[in-house]
Amino acid sequence: MRLTCPHCGARALEEFTYRGDATLRRPAEDAPHQAWVDYVYLRDDPAGYHSELWYHGVGCRAWLVVIRNTLTHQIKSVSSAVASPAPNKSDS
Amino acid sequence: MHGILNAFSSASQSSERKTSRLSGNGIDTTKTLCFSFDGHNYTGHPGDTLASALLANGVRLVGRSFKYHRPRGILSAGPEEPNALVELRGGARREPNSRATVTELYDGLISTSQNRWPNLAFDALGINGMMSPVFTAGFYYKTFMWPASFWEKFYEPVIRRAAGLGRAADEADPDHYEKNNAFCDVLVIGSGPAGLSSALAAAESGARVILCEQDSLLGGRLRAENIQIDNHPGWQWAEDIVSHLRNMSNVRIMTRSCVFGRYDGGTYGVVERVSDHLAEPLPGQPRQRLWRIIAKQGIVATGGIERPIVFPNNDRPGIMLAGAVRTYINRFGVTPGQQAVVYVNNDDGLRTVSDLLAAGARIAAVVDSRAQPSSQAKTIIQQTGAPLFFGARIADTSGYRGVKMAIIRDNKGKNHRIACDLIAVSGGWNPDIALTTHDGGRPVYNETLATFVPALDSEDLHVAGVAAGTMTTAEALREGAQVGQRAAAQCGFREPSTPPVATPAVDQDETYGVVAQWHALDKESSQRAGKAFIDFQNDVTAKDTKLAAREGFISVEHLKRYTTLGMATDQGKTANVNALALLAEVTQQSIPQTGTTRVRPPTQPVALGALGGPHRGKHFKPYRLPPTHQWAVEQGAVFTANGLWLRAQWYPRSNETSWEETVNREVKTVRNAVGFCDVTTLGKIDIQGPDAATFLERVYVNAWQKLPIGRARYGLMLREDGFAFDDGTTARLGENHYVMTTTTANAGPVMQHLEFCHQWLWPEMNVQFISVTDEWAQIAVAGPKARDVLRQIVDPAFDLSNEAFGYMAAASVTICGGQTARLFRLSFSGELAYELAVPARYGDALAKLLMRVGQSYGIAPYGTEALGVMRIEKGHPAGPELNGQTTAHDLGMGRILSKKKDFIGKTMAARPALTDPSRPTLVGLRPLSPTLPLVSGSHLLPKGKPATACFDQGWISSSAWSPTLKSWIALGFLAHGPERHGEIIAVHNPLAGTITEAEIVSPVFVDPEGTRLHA
Repeated sequence: MRLTCPHCGARALEEFTYRGDATLRRPAEDAPHQAWVDYVYLRDDPAGYHSELWYHGVGCRAWLVVIRNTLTHQIKSVSSAVASPAPNKSDS
Repeated sequence: MHGILNAFSSASQSSERKTSRLSGNGIDTTKTLCFSFDGHNYTGHPGDTLASALLANGVRLVGRSFKYHRPRGILSAGPEEPNALVELRGGARREPNSRATVTELYDGLISTSQNRWPNLAFDALGINGMMSPVFTAGFYYKTFMWPASFWEKFYEPVIRRAAGLGRAADEADPDHYEKNNAFCDVLVIGSGPAGLSSALAAAESGARVILCEQDSLLGGRLRAENIQIDNHPGWQWAEDIVSHLRNMSNVRIMTRSCVFGRYDGGTYGVVERVSDHLAEPLPGQPRQRLWRIIAKQGIVATGGIERPIVFPNNDRPGIMLAGAVRTYINRFGVTPGQQAVVYVNNDDGLRTVSDLLAAGARIAAVVDSRAQPSSQAKTIIQQTGAPLFFGARIADTSGYRGVKMAIIRDNKGKNHRIACDLIAVSGGWNPDIALTTHDGGRPVYNETLATFVPALDSEDLHVAGVAAGTMTTAEALREGAQVGQRAAAQCGFREPSTPPVATPAVDQDETYGVVAQWHALDKESSQRAGKAFIDFQNDVTAKDTKLAAREGFISVEHLKRYTTLGMATDQGKTANVNALALLAEVTQQSIPQTGTTRVRPPTQPVALGALGGPHRGKHFKPYRLPPTHQWAVEQGAVFTANGLWLRAQWYPRSNETSWEETVNREVKTVRNAVGFCDVTTLGKIDIQGPDAATFLERVYVNAWQKLPIGRARYGLMLREDGFAFDDGTTARLGENHYVMTTTTANAGPVMQHLEFCHQWLWPEMNVQFISVTDEWAQIAVAGPKARDVLRQIVDPAFDLSNEAFGYMAAASVTICGGQTARLFRLSFSGELAYELAVPARYGDALAKLLMRVGQSYGIAPYGTEALGVMRIEKGHPAGPELNGQTTAHDLGMGRILSKKKDFIGKTMAARPALTDPSRPTLVGLRPLSPTLPLVSGSHLLPKGKPATACFDQGWISSSAWSPTLKSWIALGFLAHGPERHGEIIAVHNPLAGTITEAEIVSPVFVDPEGTRLHA
């Protein structure tokens, strides 16, 4: 698999580290306990497009929002995490 | 006995015929090469494969089959070969299961047959054939069930000896393997008519083209067929195109390069057999090279694989695929038999008749399963006069070590016994579509072609020629050019080529006209009918398929696993479609209903050595060397791996007899005088920006806003789930400037974490990070005399006194008369200690300088082992304590969790279960008998209770002999630990089976008041 880093261009998979769901929002400190449990532990497992965070550790060290099809590994988009608004579940 | 068998064997070998060599378009008969097979010496020519050379020497019997040990010959002329597997070379280079059909001959080649005992001509296990009822489908599951205890001791070893392939080398591979990457616009896979014309069209459009051919020669089937293109022999036309392509700067041609896999994002795996055609690699050359080719567009022009027809005793030596017969005649100048039966269900196979006649062989019969003779068949029969049986089939064959006779059943059901030494079989062609299915592509069944063709819905993959189901040369050339242009256009090369590439003219009417005939078996299979093989390599017969279906294994996936069909090293390349057709017939379904033929990479066997490449032995992973490494080597240090880092573990002296003695001496040196240790490997992250302090507050559990410039502070980081992540010190060097240290192991993960927190969680913060681990050589100088030593180095203008530069102070200083350095008063050992950082290039000089100026104070270097002993003596947690399962509370640091701010992990760390006092919490342990070792991993139990899980109260995480206390000491985690100091507890080491007693104490064994630290 290859990802096109907005800063470095198309690069091989081993330069990147996967983190996970990019639609999660860190709850406020005083948010209900369940919100924290959901944030830390609960993950969707969609078959199809998924907004997710990747880290270009062997490149520019940018965190990236990648929309990837979990069935085909097709990459719909890659954008810099800083520059792009956090996606919602419905975005992918 | 032995002598008789040998005599038997040589008699049979000498009876093999010697055939005269014709000219072939792929061999050089002016030179002769010597080789051996099973100890007999033969000759061949450059350009030969082992298979063609064996055939030229009249050797037909080349192996024994997997289960029944039946004599087998060469079936094919390509990588699909199921039978002719041999051991190549010897010693450390011994290579089992090498396909003779793709093994290039070199002078001195040594090969041996496999899976026979005592020799190939007389195989004692040939009797397995008579025991065949035992070896039917699922025999593993049925036969060797009882008694169960017999499996490991008896059945399995016997089966492993009886049913086997070759032997791997016993020694390490002496050869070198490489890895490389290549990039192109268009990757063309295969160099037959479709491949060459697509490469040419794409290249003429201006695209960067890589053409990969698994063979040593380019041209594909053009070398195998007697065909004219533009009034030249096809292979000459191919050579002209190749030399044209070689002159183009945008084309790279790779031969002996098998594209074995297609992966996401236009990534292709390719293995280049750089030196397999030589006895040994040339100096400096690898044996094989693994390529990763990144292509914007891929063109699969891999051609096809011919199908056998399933008939009784269809596996005898001398029964060969018709296309392979033509390859041996036209490319290699070898006639595989003198008296041939040609058995086809299509026109393409009929070409074999004229080629055999041209090569001087006699046609004993042509058997065409089609009900009516095609016009092509009529023409050929008119021209050759060979007897033609149409609507006929081969009902059986005979000849134990090689076919001697075919029994032909004509369209009236009458049998004809025809003597022959070669049966050329064509059941039609299967497009070689493996690469189109690797990323999930599902092939579709084409009734007209009676096979599966790719159904591509891909923007970056194209198929041309036979691989696409285009069965004639003229159409393949045309389609190749179209596809090549289309692929180039997809990459943005839309300019038509100048002058336009003319489609070459093929001066032959080619027809295919296949009518499916999968097998030639009777409806009611007679008990006496011979075995009709579908999968030659795994010895799976038509009967096995029927039996499996009767037993309920009607899904193609179940059939495969139950009968082992298609699971041999050839992956059923010649078997799979026939098997599907047979299963369809048995289950009375259509072929598409029965299943498809999707495969996974690799398309051909790939040596693990090639996949590993150069990453073996000490090159398995890279080493990072701290700046004082070379100096430590000169001191005779012993090294240990710490992640990727290689660190000095201890520095033995000549009079020391054990590592314990050395480590004790190093600890005493630090506790009584002064020592130094390279701590460069700790992660160092430079943090700058107006929001740096606020950021540190968010990632560390403790407070940072009030840390003054010139001071350092210990910090603990949690994960968001509340467990401890990493710790270290961070010093404030300026108003908006901090330098953080991490543990050696977590330097990378902490950097990633900080970037995540900043870029994703709090992008509004004005702060930046950069790793400076490799920029600074950092050396800890520790011991009561540390200040005295540093006074010799740090420029005198800087006040080193305890009052001016106390514990946890940090400053930029100059040393040695103006050299910039950083000085931190940090201590891991608990002694008066500093860490001095200089630009990395001065690390080696600093070590030497410390030795010189410290000599009068008794200075000595110390390694990671002494470092570890002293941190246990001081009760500092390290890797074994920060193991990802412990909380701040467990580590005795619950009180530093700030309540005034949010930080990563705060909310989840507050969960009641994570602060429960019954959670195992950090304690110190001393054995009641000081010399009795405490061992890490031991369990802590209440004294007198049984050593069972329900009494388990904790464990030992770190332990060491403390030369300072003259006792073993340990750190561990114990339920209600801090309340139990003074209690005696049982220490259970289940590995050694011991239970000893220890006293629970404070984890700080040395200087709990911190007097030495603050001295």
